[in-house]
Amino acid sequence: MSGGVVLQGLQTVLAVLAAPLLTGWTNQCRARLQGRRPPPLWQSYRVLHKLFLKETVLAKEASPLFQATPYVVFSCMVLAAGIVPMLANDLPFSPVADVIALVGIFALARVFLALAAMDVGTAFGTLGARREMLVAFLAEPALLMVFFTVSLISHSTQLPLMVHVLAHRKFAIYPSLAFAGVAFWMVSVAENARIPVDNPTTHLELTMIHEAMILEYSGRYLALIEWSVALKLFVYSALGIALFVPWGIAPVGDEAALPLALLALVAKMAVGGLVLAVLETLNAKMRLFRVPEFLGTAFLLAVLGMLIHFLLES
Amino acid sequence: MSEITGYQPVAMVWGGVLCWLALALLAIPLRAHKRWLLAGFPLAALTGLWVAAVGVAGLLLPASAQIVPVGFPGLPVHLRLDALSGFFLLLLGMGAFGVSVYARGYFQHMEIGELARLAIWYPAFLAAMTLVLLANDAYAFMVAWELMALSSYFLVTSDYRVEEIRKAGFLYLLMAHIGAVALLLCFGVLQGNGHTGDAAFTFSAMRHGVLTPTQASLAFLFALIGFGAKAGLVPLHVWLPEAHPAAPSPVSALMSGVMLKMALYGLLRVGFDLLSVRQEWWGVLVLVLGLMTALYGVIFAAVQSDIKRLLAWSSIENIGLIFTGLGLAIIFSVEGKSGLAALALTAVLYHALNHALFKSLLFVGTGSVLHASGTRLMSGLGGLMRKMPWTGWLMLLGVLAIAGLPPLNGFVSEWLLLQAFLFTPGLDLHYLNMMLPVATASVALVIALAAYVMVKFYGVVFLGQPRNPALKHAHEADIWQRMGMLWLASACVLLGLLPSAVIVLISPAVQQVAGRVLTNDGGWLVLAPMDAARASYAPLPFWLATLAVLLLVYGLVRFRYTGRVRRSAAWQCGFPAVTARMQDSAEGFGQPIQHIFSSFMQVDRQYPQPQDRTPHYASVSIDQWWHFLYLPIVAATNWLSQQTARLQHGRIQWYLTYSFITLLVLLVFVQ
Amino acid sequence: MISTGASGMISGWYLQIVNLLAALLLLISFAMLAQRRVAGLISLFAWQGAALAVSTAIVAVFTAQWHLLYSVALTLLLKVMIIPWFFYRLVRKLGMSRDVEPLLNHSLTMLTGIVLVIFAFNLALPISQMAGTVMRSTLGIAMACVLLSFLMMITRTKALPQVIGFMAMENGIFFAATSATYGMPLVVELGVALDVLVGVFVLGIFFFQIRETFESMDLRQMEKRKEH
Repeated sequence: MSGGVVLQGLQTVLAVLAAPLLTGWTNQCRARLQGRRPPPLWQSYRVLHKLFLKETVLAKEASPLFQATPYVVFSCMVLAAGIVPMLANDLPFSPVADVIALVGIFALARVFLALAAMDVGTAFGTLGARREMLVAFLAEPALLMVFFTVSLISHSTQLPLMVHVLAHRKFAIYPSLAFAGVAFWMVSVAENARIPVDNPTTHLELTMIHEAMILEYSGRYLALIEWSVALKLFVYSALGIALFVPWGIAPVGDEAALPLALLALVAKMAVGGLVLAVLETLNAKMRLFRVPEFLGTAFLLAVLGMLIHFLLES
Repeated sequence: MSEITGYQPVAMVWGGVLCWLALALLAIPLRAHKRWLLAGFPLAALTGLWVAAVGVAGLLLPASAQIVPVGFPGLPVHLRLDALSGFFLLLLGMGAFGVSVYARGYFQHMEIGELARLAIWYPAFLAAMTLVLLANDAYAFMVAWELMALSSYFLVTSDYRVEEIRKAGFLYLLMAHIGAVALLLCFGVLQGNGHTGDAAFTFSAMRHGVLTPTQASLAFLFALIGFGAKAGLVPLHVWLPEAHPAAPSPVSALMSGVMLKMALYGLLRVGFDLLSVRQEWWGVLVLVLGLMTALYGVIFAAVQSDIKRLLAWSSIENIGLIFTGLGLAIIFSVEGKSGLAALALTAVLYHALNHALFKSLLFVGTGSVLHASGTRLMSGLGGLMRKMPWTGWLMLLGVLAIAGLPPLNGFVSEWLLLQAFLFTPGLDLHYLNMMLPVATASVALVIALAAYVMVKFYGVVFLGQPRNPALKHAHEADIWQRMGMLWLASACVLLGLLPSAVIVLISPAVQQVAGRVLTNDGGWLVLAPMDAARASYAPLPFWLATLAVLLLVYGLVRFRYTGRVRRSAAWQCGFPAVTARMQDSAEGFGQPIQHIFSSFMQVDRQYPQPQDRTPHYASVSIDQWWHFLYLPIVAATNWLSQQTARLQHGRIQWYLTYSFITLLVLLVFVQ
Repeated sequence: MISTGASGMISGWYLQIVNLLAALLLLISFAMLAQRRVAGLISLFAWQGAALAVSTAIVAVFTAQWHLLYSVALTLLLKVMIIPWFFYRLVRKLGMSRDVEPLLNHSLTMLTGIVLVIFAFNLALPISQMAGTVMRSTLGIAMACVLLSFLMMITRTKALPQVIGFMAMENGIFFAATSATYGMPLVVELGVALDVLVGVFVLGIFFFQIRETFESMDLRQMEKRKEH
C-alpha cells in the first residue's frame, strides 16, 4: 500500500514535470517536417519560466473567477494525471474516480475556462467560449462512447481494471476497439485544440478557438494555463496508450517492471508525438462548421464500435 | 405490509398540512396587513422543515395509515405514509424551506393586493402537494391533485393584469385538466374489482385488484398521459415554457423544482405500487419519450434568450432524463433484474431530489436578477457578478450542479444513470440491447449540451460587461433571499459530496418500489454501485485532494513568483473602442445550436433594415409541436363547435324538441 | 482448430481478421454514405471491393472452399480495377468531379444509417444461428452494407453515385452469400459478374447520352422531362 502511495505520487509528479517535454517534442517534430529549424526540446520550459517571471496584467473588469480559473484548471489536470495509469497499474488513488468522473473533471476545467473567457466581456473571449463549448458538447459524448465501448470489453469503468483486462487478454483483434481507437484520436484532437479542429499556433483571431479564450491572460496566469494545456495533451496521450496499447505498464506489485515501463512510456509518447506532428503537417485546419461533422463522425464511429461489439464479440 | 394505526408519523405530516392550511386561511382576514402577510412565509418555511423531518421518519419507519373522517359522509379520506411518499416529502420539505425563506425577502416589495393573493395560495399549494403524497384513495388523490393545480394556477396568475400572464395561466389550467381527465380514467380502470362502492377506490383495494394485461396497459397509458402532462413530457410540455416565466420566481421554483416531481411520484405509485405486473414495452415507451423530452428540452433551452424560459426548457430536459431512468427501471424490473432496477431507480430518485434543489436555486436566483435589473431578457443583462457577488457565487454553484459537473450533486445522479445504462448488456430483447447504446449516446449528448446551456446562461447574465447602463444601479439580494439561496446551494454541495449517505437514506423508497436496495460496495466514503470492481466514485476524498493540490499550486506560485499584478484596460487584441455590445448576445451564443439542430425547430428571424438607426436583430425559435399537434387540435375543436352551433337556434321550442327526441330514443333503447 | 464457443464467439486468428475486415466494410459503407465527392466515392468503392476480396480469400484458404478463389479473382479484377478505372475515366471525360449534393442532411442520413445497422443486426441474428459457416456472425454486417448502399442510392441526386450505390449493394449481397453459405455457385457468380460488367458499360454509354440530351447529370432534370 505504501509502495503504491509512493508510486502514485511519483507518477503524478512525473506527469506534471514531463508534460511540457511532450509539447516540445511535438513542436520539434513538426518544425522538422515542415522544413524549419526546430526549437530546442526545452523551449516550452523556457516559455513557462519566462511567463512566470513576467508582470501580470489583469483587465480592470476581471472578477475573482477570472483569477481563480488558472488554478482550478491546473489542479483539475493534475488530478486527472493522478488517475490515469502511466507507469504502473497500482494507483491507490484511482478508485476515487472512474473514467466517467475523468470526463467530468475535464468538463469542469473547460467550463471554468469558458466562464473566465466570458468574464472580461470582450468580443473574442465570448467567441472563443462559444466555440469551445460547441466543440465540447460534440466531443464529450463521443469520448464517453469510446470509454463505454472499452468498458463493455473490460466490464469495468475503473481505469486500472480496464488496463489490466486489456493488457492481459489473449491476443485478439477487437474490431470495436479499432473503431473506438480512431474515435478517440479524433476526440483528442478536438479536445486538445490541435489541427484540424483548432490551430494551437494561430495568430488570426477569427479562426481561434482555444487561444481566443485565453487572450486576456498574462504572466503567471498564462503560464499556468499553458502548462495545463501541455498536461492535458500528456494525459490524453497517456489515456490513449493505456486503453489501446497498454502493453508494458507495470502490473500491481511488480516494482521490477518499472524501469521497463518507463522506457515503454517514453517510446510510446515519442511515437505518439511524432504521429501527431505528421498528421498536423498533412492536414489543414477545417472550417468551423465542418467541426460538427468531424466530431459527429467520431461519435458515429464510437457507436458503431459498440454495435459491432454486440454483433461480433459477445 | 402491516399498517400500523395508533402512533403515527402520518399524523405528524397531517399537522404540517394543517399548519399550511391555517396560514392560507389566516391570510384572508389579514390581507391588508403587509407585515403579517410577510410573517407567514418564514412560518411556512419552518413547516417545510418539519415536513422534511417527517419525510425522513417516513423513510426510516414502517408504513403507517390513517383514516380521517372529513369530506362527504361515508367518504373518509384515507392517508398513508410509506417510504416512497416519505422520500417525496423530504424533497418537498427541503425545497419548500429554501424557497419560502427566499420568498419572505422577495415578496416584500410587492404591492399589497398581489402579496395577499400569493400569501393565500402559496401555503395552500404546499399543503395540496403534501396531500397528494399522502392520499391513499383515488378520491383524496384527485381532490388534492386538483387543489394543487388550482392553487398553482392562481399563483401563476397572481399578476393577472398582464395579458401574457393570463394566457399562460389559461394554457396551464387547460393542460392540467386534460391530465386530470386522463388520471380519472386511469383510476376508473384501476378500481379494485371484488370491492364495491367507495372501498373500490382505495389504493389498498386497487393493489389487490386483478387486471388483464390490456386493462393494465390501458391504466398505465392513462397514467402516463395524466402525469406526463403535469411533468412536461413531450409533446405535453407546451405549458411549461409559458407558465414558468409568467409566475413570480419563488412560485416558478416550487413548480419546477417540486410540483413536477409530484407527477413522477404519481407514475411511480401507479406503475410500481398499484399495478402489480408491468410489461416491457411500457419501459421502452417511457424510455423513448424521456429521451425525446430530454433532447428536445435541452436544444430549445440553448436557443432561448429569456432567462426564465431557458430554465423552464431546462426543466423539461431534466424531467426527460428522469423519465429515461424510469423507463430503464421498468425494463429491468420486468426482466427480473431487480438489482439493476434498484440502480436505475436510485438514479431517478437522486436526480429528482437534485433537480428540486438546483432548479429551485436557479429560479430564485433569477428572481433576484429580475428584481435587480427589471428584465428577464438576456440582451439587457450582463456583468451582474460584480454588482451581486452573493447571488453570483451561489448561482455559480447551481449552474455547475445542473451542468452535471463534479463535485456537485448533478454529477452524482447522472453518473448513476450512465452506470445503469452501462450495466444493461444482456437483456432478453435483442432490439433493446442494440438500441441502448444509441440511447446512452443520447443521454451523454444531453448532459454535454446542458453544460453548453449553463455556460450561456451564467456567462451572459453574470459575466462580461453590463449590456444596459441601468445595470450600474443593480443591487444585491437582501438577507432573506441570500439565506434561502444559501440553504439550497449548500444542499447541492452536500448531496454532491456525500452520495453514499444519501443512497442509504433513500434506499427504503427504492426497496419499496424495486423490491431491492442498491448495494453500495464501497463503504461510506466511496460510491460503488453493486460491485467496487466495476465502477466507483468518491467525491469527498477526491475533492479534498483537488483542494490540496489547488492550495499547493497557489502557494508554490505565489511563494516563488512574487511579481505584482497590474490592473489595466482589457487588451482585446489591441482594439481600443470596446463596448458591451461587442460581446456575444444570447442569440449569438445559441446560434451554433440553432444551426446544427435547425431541423427540430422553426426559426423566425428579424433582420435590421439598412435605414434603421437602432438596428436590431432577433431570432426566435418556435416549438414545432404547436404546428404539428396543437394548432390542428384547436382548428378541429373550432370546427366541431361550429357544427354544434348549428343546433343552437335560441328558440325554446327547438330545445324542447331536442329533449323530446332524446327521451324517445332513450325509451326505445330501454325497451 | 476452429473452436466455436457456446455464445457463438469464434476464436482463431484468421476469423478475427475476417471480423475486422467485415467491420471495415461497414465503415466503408458509412464513409460512402458521408462522402461528398464523386472521385472519393469511387476510391471508397474500390477499397470496399479490396476488403471484400481479401476477406473472401482468407475464408477460402482456411476453410478449403477453393471455388471461392474464383470469385475473389473476379472481384479483384472487376470491382477493384476495371470498374473504378472506368468510372474515373467517365468522371474525367464528363467533368463531373464536383460535389455530390445529398438530398437529406448529413447528420440525419447518419442517424438513419445507425438505425438501419441496428435493424440489420437484429434481422441477421436468427438467420446466422441457422447458418453453418464459420463466419456467420458477419451476416449482420453484410445485410447492413446492403441496406446502407440502398440508403445511399436514395439520398443522391446524380446518376453516377447511384450506380456506385448499386454496385456497393452487390458487394454486400456477395458478402452475405459468403458468410451464410460460402458463396453462390460459380455459375451464378460468373453470370452476375458479367451482368454487372455489361451493365456498367451500357450505363457509361447512357451517361454520355444523358448529358448530350439534358446537359446535366442531375436526375432531377429527368423528372422535369417526364412532367411535360
